[in-house]
Amino acid sequence: MGEPFIHLAGVQKTYRTQGAPLLAISEATFDVETGELVSLVGPSGCGKTTLLKILAGLHPIDSGTVKIGSATQPFDPSRDIGMVFQQPLLLKWRRVIDNVLLPAEILGLPMAQSRARARDLLALVGLKGKEAMYPYELSGGMQQRAAIARALIHDPKLILMDEPFGALDALTREKMNLELLRIWQEAKKTIVFVTHGITEAVFLGTRVIVLTAGPARMADNFRVELAHPRTLEMKTGEAFGEYTRRIYRLLGME
Amino acid sequence: MGPRFRGDERMELPQLAPTTRLPYDAREVVDLREATLAGHPQALERYALAVLSHIGLVAAWYLFVKLGEVPKFVMPSPYETVHALLVPNYRWPENIAVTTVEIFAGYILAVVFGIGAALLFSWFRWLEMAVMPLLVSLNMIPKVALGPLIIVWFKYGVGPNAMMAFAICFFPIVLTTARGLREVEPDLLDLVHTLRGSRWQLFTKIQLPGALPYVFSGMKVAAILAVAGAIVGEFLGSDRGLGYLMLQVQVTLDTAAMFMAVILITLIGVVLYALVLALERALVPRDARLA
Repeated sequence: MGEPFIHLAGVQKTYRTQGAPLLAISEATFDVETGELVSLVGPSGCGKTTLLKILAGLHPIDSGTVKIGSATQPFDPSRDIGMVFQQPLLLKWRRVIDNVLLPAEILGLPMAQSRARARDLLALVGLKGKEAMYPYELSGGMQQRAAIARALIHDPKLILMDEPFGALDALTREKMNLELLRIWQEAKKTIVFVTHGITEAVFLGTRVIVLTAGPARMADNFRVELAHPRTLEMKTGEAFGEYTRRIYRLLGME
Repeated sequence: MGPRFRGDERMELPQLAPTTRLPYDAREVVDLREATLAGHPQALERYALAVLSHIGLVAAWYLFVKLGEVPKFVMPSPYETVHALLVPNYRWPENIAVTTVEIFAGYILAVVFGIGAALLFSWFRWLEMAVMPLLVSLNMIPKVALGPLIIVWFKYGVGPNAMMAFAICFFPIVLTTARGLREVEPDLLDLVHTLRGSRWQLFTKIQLPGALPYVFSGMKVAAILAVAGAIVGEFLGSDRGLGYLMLQVQVTLDTAAMFMAVILITLIGVVLYALVLALERALVPRDARLA
């Protein structure tokens, strides 16, 4: 492998709130290759979201380096980031397709082409025929699918997902995990996926980065050598169990 | 024996009657949910019921006056009330027009200035920080108390009465609109920021449409207040309008005309409110509306 797509070295971030400064990230160093799906897993308050926002260019850092893009994969921060949050955050007054088109409108992309692309993306995320509906007519899982289509509309190179399935029920969540893997393989994007679900992190990730809280630090970073396409049966396998146990141990739960 | 404390005494529990166990038959169990839904009227029935209750009120009014032999100057019958419309001296069309103009003019001004002020607040935070607390204080003034002052400053007539309606409508509109413009999901802000969206885009695509339900919530409250404002204005000083007419016929004890005037004032308010509702329906999808 040549240059990594994302390169983080010695990233430190402190929040200066009223009173004592809060150390959100003490030291984060990792690389992400092009096309990887990296899970960032850890307990609440371990700085996962902060790390994601640093990658999104929303938070400045105190020290260290953050480099995204390479000679072969040039990266334009305004065009190449797609965001998915825990809540779908669809605009209630827009139809599904117009919600998907929001980033295209903001970036001023040609609308006719974007509209065609939005239709394709809605089909990709399994919302064919729901283009003209309003968000309230969709279930929570469907809304999150629309949010994923919205994150893909401007064809970004990097998708940042912040616990996107955290608000869904357990079965819908499993289904969305499979869907995300399918979308990832079809759309060929680099994805950084923040979660506090250990099983989810292993099941989705080509690589898992474990963060521990108080003080926030990186505890582990390993490749998940499970074949693709992944199936739900893998979750009951020995190899899968090894990975999850490894994380449980680090988080002091075993 | 030592002192006794609360709790020393054993509580005497009442003996419960033994329950009678009946043989259980699932077929006899009533589905409570179904039973409730069965008693739940459908849309058409609901309209019919609403219309019926209004007719019922008029009928009760009629019966009360007739059976109670209430004198006409205390409470006229529905028929006598409508009959008051035939008195040409009361110049109903002109008075209706005057009051309608006062209400609508004051209301529309309040909508324009209220929304305008809220927009300025959202664009210039320092302005909001300076002016908003002032508005909250001014809102505490009973606007009706300004009536005599308005007469001193602007004499009396259609303009000052519209001003009264404006004064009473302005605050709910500016306060709710400003609140709506402030309520933007932080994650949506992040989304726009990652795309390097401009402030104008944030405003037109997210802030403003997101604030519309709040704007309408304020406009609905204001629609009711506008009517009260204009009528109080007419009571305090005017030479035309339904409020003025009420003061005139009060002297002659024509209670029927007073009733008719109140009904007409109410109807003007209903029309204004219905227009605002229709506008809301056209602009805000169902789920985005505030209750």
